[in-house]
Amino acid sequence: MDASNYLYISALLFTIGAVGVVVRRNAIVVFMCIELMLNAANLSFVTFSRINGNLDGQVMAFFTMVVAACEVVVGLAIIVAIYRSRRSASVDDASLLKR
Amino acid sequence: MMQLALEVGQTATPEAVMFWILGPLAVLAALGMLLVKKAVHSAILMAFVMVVLAVFYIAQDAVFLGIVQVVVYTGAVMMLFLFILMLVGVDSSDSLTETIRGLRPIAITAAIGFGGLMVSLLGRATLGRDAIGLSAANADGNVEGIGYLLFSRFVWPFEVISALLITAALGAMVLAHQPRSSKKTTQRQQSINRFRGESIATAAGLPAPGVYARHNAVDVPALLPDGTPAPNSVNASLKARGDMLDSNTFDLKKISTQVEEEK
Repeated sequence: MDASNYLYISALLFTIGAVGVVVRRNAIVVFMCIELMLNAANLSFVTFSRINGNLDGQVMAFFTMVVAACEVVVGLAIIVAIYRSRRSASVDDASLLKR
Repeated sequence: MMQLALEVGQTATPEAVMFWILGPLAVLAALGMLLVKKAVHSAILMAFVMVVLAVFYIAQDAVFLGIVQVVVYTGAVMMLFLFILMLVGVDSSDSLTETIRGLRPIAITAAIGFGGLMVSLLGRATLGRDAIGLSAANADGNVEGIGYLLFSRFVWPFEVISALLITAALGAMVLAHQPRSSKKTTQRQQSINRFRGESIATAAGLPAPGVYARHNAVDVPALLPDGTPAPNSVNASLKARGDMLDSNTFDLKKISTQVEEEK
């Protein structure tokens, strides 16, 4: 087995996450799909770190994890704020600029 | 020598077995995330994908990241997701019905195109050399290696990350903060309201149910000193449910007349 097989899985997971962001309506599920995309990118980082034989990729993946944690905290706070004002966690309902 | 050159680029057999079992499972779980109706099930499938990724990290000599993946992602982030999910509750947005017409076929077509492009790109790409492996970089240990990099070459990004974390914490507090719509009543104000309210009779609190009545159950109104029933002694929810017995049945005057008539 070649180490680049992990890259294929990473690409697949990233694609699935991207579809989820577009297709799903629940804001929390959309957020989870974004997390999936970040995780897929992390897997690529770790695999490239192994292929290149240095730890730079792992440090990058570490930073990505921190950024993802920040993003989750702020994003979920936004979802809670939207839910409080509109009583819905659907991304379609928050279309104030459209009307 | 030839054998050695082959082994560097190839991964060991146990890892291949692990990969071919867990890899398809992870992809299936990720697909299930899109297809299941309930957001809670999506969250659980997501947690499974994250655990599988943690196993992949550890298999690729990224021990530290594997542990961090379990602790931070499946431990903290997914629990936060589930917490918010429980807070926000389940609503109509969980349904899979299409709201924008033609969105789903376009999304799937675009995904197949993008995924195919990525996979074919990876298939054609040549790295120019075989995978080196991390046995040299991890000679002092994985955590030591990452720590050395974090505090030497990446020390500035590391400091910036701390600013980002503080900003995110403050941002979450500002976003989740809700100003009071009405002024909070003080204890003094509550006392004034009680004595200057609609009746001085309830200033010391409402009578308890069943006091001086023939039955001391919670659904029987108390009798006041003059023998009249006090309907406000019964819990409002019992009253709304219609579980309160009629006060007049327990009127002391009526009872006494009934007894006299029986005599």
